[in-house]
Amino acid sequence: MKPAEIPHRKTTGRYFVTYLCILIIALLQFVVALTSSGNERELLARLLILAFIEAVLAVLFFMHLWTDNRGLLWFVVIFTGFVLLAMQYGWTDSFRILNGVPWAR
Amino acid sequence: MSAQDQAIDVHVPAFSVPTKKLAMWLFIIADTMTFAACLLAYGFLRNATPHWPRPFHSIVNVSLMTFILITTSLTMLLGIEAGKAGDKAKAFRWIMITAAGGAIFAFLHIREWFELIGEGMRMFKNPWGTGIFGASFFSITGLHLLHVTGGVIALLVVGIRYMRGRYNADDLEITGLYWHFVDLVWMFVVPLVYLMNLSR
Repeated sequence: MKPAEIPHRKTTGRYFVTYLCILIIALLQFVVALTSSGNERELLARLLILAFIEAVLAVLFFMHLWTDNRGLLWFVVIFTGFVLLAMQYGWTDSFRILNGVPWAR
Repeated sequence: MSAQDQAIDVHVPAFSVPTKKLAMWLFIIADTMTFAACLLAYGFLRNATPHWPRPFHSIVNVSLMTFILITTSLTMLLGIEAGKAGDKAKAFRWIMITAAGGAIFAFLHIREWFELIGEGMRMFKNPWGTGIFGASFFSITGLHLLHVTGGVIALLVVGIRYMRGRYNADDLEITGLYWHFVDLVWMFVVPLVYLMNLSR
């Protein structure tokens, strides 16, 4: 059964709130980058966390996944999440190129 | 479910999703993988390569581009809402505003490219550091720009066909999904490609 239709004014209001939240988070990203102490790992972690929050807001509210079929939500989350996590296997190789194989010495 | 279906009380299975919407979501998931692979490859190179350039001395252009793209997501939603409410003229106006925003974004992006090329940046060499920076920068931002351009064309085509009655509000929503995806990718490109490479 399709979720009940939300009144038009409530939906538009939600869009504006989400839009403002995403703008503020984007602004925060710029502030974090400009005021960074120089520690790249810390900067990357902070920026990625903020980007992830922005993405979640956009996917759930702009792309209507929150109000849509729950099965679709879980399908998107599980499949996208699995492949994105599986892609991370290559990071150890990038460190090996930079630092060399630990046991080679 | 259309008004007609509701009137005759058609049973819609609990896990059903309209075919066109599911197809767009599958495309979005697949394209997410493409961009994730590009960004991961970029991250891999950046991590493994010494003397990575930091050529971005100003955030004005990228912040303006970010603001425009996020705002076009909102205007797209306003267009979809107007479409669902049956106001065709209003929906068309918002869709055209969204397309115009996308075109402005593309213009600003190309202008930035020309500025960097003017400073000496090429695909495999630049005056600041390792040569591979240019290839990674142009390929990631170029792929995104291609998606934005395709999105602008899609918005124009779908908007005009919607006005002529060939498409309905559901089709606007499906086009909107693609546009929001383009915005979503930019939310990751900005911190990884631009903000991590601000000159200090």
